[in-house]
Amino acid sequence: MNNLSRYWIAFSTIITKEFLRFIRIWVQTVLPPAITTILYYVIFGTLIGERIGEMDGFRYIDFIVPGLILMAVITNSYSNVVSSFYSSKFQKHVEELLIAPVPHWVILAGYVGGGVARGVVVGIAVTGVSVFFTDLNIHNYAWTLLVFVLTSILFALGGFINAVFAKSFDDISIVPTFVLTPLTYLGGVFYSIQMLPEFWQSVSLANPILYMVNAFRYGLLGVSDIGMGLAISIILLFILGLSSFALHLLRKGVGIKT
Amino acid sequence: MSALCIRGLRKVYGNDFEALKGIDLEIQQGDFFALLGPNGAGKSTAIGIISSLVNKTEGSVEVFGHDLDREPEAVKACIGLVPQEFNFNVWEPVAEIVVNQAGYYGIPRKEAWQRAEQSLRQLDLWDKRTVMARNLSGGMKRRLMIARALVHEPRLLILDEPTAGVDIEIRRFMWEFLTDINSRGTTIILTTHYLEEAESLCRNIAIINQGEIVEHSSMGGLLQRLHTETFVLNLKGTIAELPELGGYVLDQLDDCTLEVEVTQDQGINGLFQALSRNGIEVISMRNKQNRLEQLFIDMVESTRKDGEA
Repeated sequence: MNNLSRYWIAFSTIITKEFLRFIRIWVQTVLPPAITTILYYVIFGTLIGERIGEMDGFRYIDFIVPGLILMAVITNSYSNVVSSFYSSKFQKHVEELLIAPVPHWVILAGYVGGGVARGVVVGIAVTGVSVFFTDLNIHNYAWTLLVFVLTSILFALGGFINAVFAKSFDDISIVPTFVLTPLTYLGGVFYSIQMLPEFWQSVSLANPILYMVNAFRYGLLGVSDIGMGLAISIILLFILGLSSFALHLLRKGVGIKT
Repeated sequence: MSALCIRGLRKVYGNDFEALKGIDLEIQQGDFFALLGPNGAGKSTAIGIISSLVNKTEGSVEVFGHDLDREPEAVKACIGLVPQEFNFNVWEPVAEIVVNQAGYYGIPRKEAWQRAEQSLRQLDLWDKRTVMARNLSGGMKRRLMIARALVHEPRLLILDEPTAGVDIEIRRFMWEFLTDINSRGTTIILTTHYLEEAESLCRNIAIINQGEIVEHSSMGGLLQRLHTETFVLNLKGTIAELPELGGYVLDQLDDCTLEVEVTQDQGINGLFQALSRNGIEVISMRNKQNRLEQLFIDMVESTRKDGEA
């Protein structure tokens, strides 16, 4: 058997393991984002949204759909990897991988793949919920799928790095609570940055999630506050930087080897 | 051919603690090898380096001719590890743990299931295949780690205290199992605190203390160096005072129990003849201390004293 076949089997084993892990506990992993999204649609879409009127030429409830789907994808891709990899460190079963002939990039790709798998499952669940509240017409399927997958990869990588450095369960909730959630809420999920004063528009441009939300909104609705070339370049740049850093940490054995 | 060849292996931890002080060790293919030492001697560090869980500071490790630095994947493919602490996902079913481990070694899923079934049946765990690992007893968890370590058919199996905390029945089962797989060609390295286990299973031995190998020889050769053994004799009748047994050092534990030191020159035959002459009948006898244990303690003590000097 050549190395590539061996690596492929190891990679698919990690993904299968990760998929079964979160599916086994679907009540904790898949159901909550669907329920949260329903609440957003009921409160911000139906109750408050009716009074807001249109935004960028769309009903408010239709305008927030892309942001809500992507918010669920971001949160779940991140939390799947951070909790799974930290748990593997905590219970020491990361050693199963470290003693096996699996290259670091396969370990990273496997965990990130697991994060993307959860992002996809949750994304489908949230999109399914959206159909009941909005008229979902996808503007550009290829673009929607591309942004969806790349965003999921990016945040799965973030979760992996967080897990490598985490020394306690508190450490895996600090970043989602104090960094990820504020950036997501301020990333144009619920509003267009055109509504902000010029100064705050400039500040918003420093938020990477803004580019992802807008790129995804373009895919679904065909409108965006940001140019698509810039948005996709920023996402790819982050993926490149975070994956290089994660591989460096694995090579050094930071947090996993003595 | 050497199954394992270690040269000048050194490990210094971040707090400047030197866990291994440049050890050399060679283990031949097919051997059943005991690596003994007190707690903190450096056994687990050495095993951690060999199995890629600990980064070494200096030195070289070769497994079946593959260098750990140059061919890490070839080295890993040769090794199966049963660590001291439970290190599987307790929220996973038993069979999946073994199947996943096979997958990490590049074994296709269908074949992985066949091998997992074989391993789990051998270790009497197949009936528990759908049970979450957290619900297994301590002995079952130990056997699960052995099944997992064997699923990719390693040429070198490293067991770090595999029988710690298991009852005697399971321990005997494991001894027979390990003897069997060793007889079929798997090289085994065993660390244990049960020295009778090492004595009865292993052909060669190394004792490590304070990061240094203080003994590396055959088990038989090592035991021959034991000059004196102490036996406890249970007598049929009672005795009022210590008999004169001509050269044997005696101690009376109670009315019907004697403790006798027998040197290699004296032998046991002479002891029984002397007892018979004194009209003393023996019901049973046992070693006061395991023979290897006696040697082990002597060696560890002498290294400690050398270190203090």
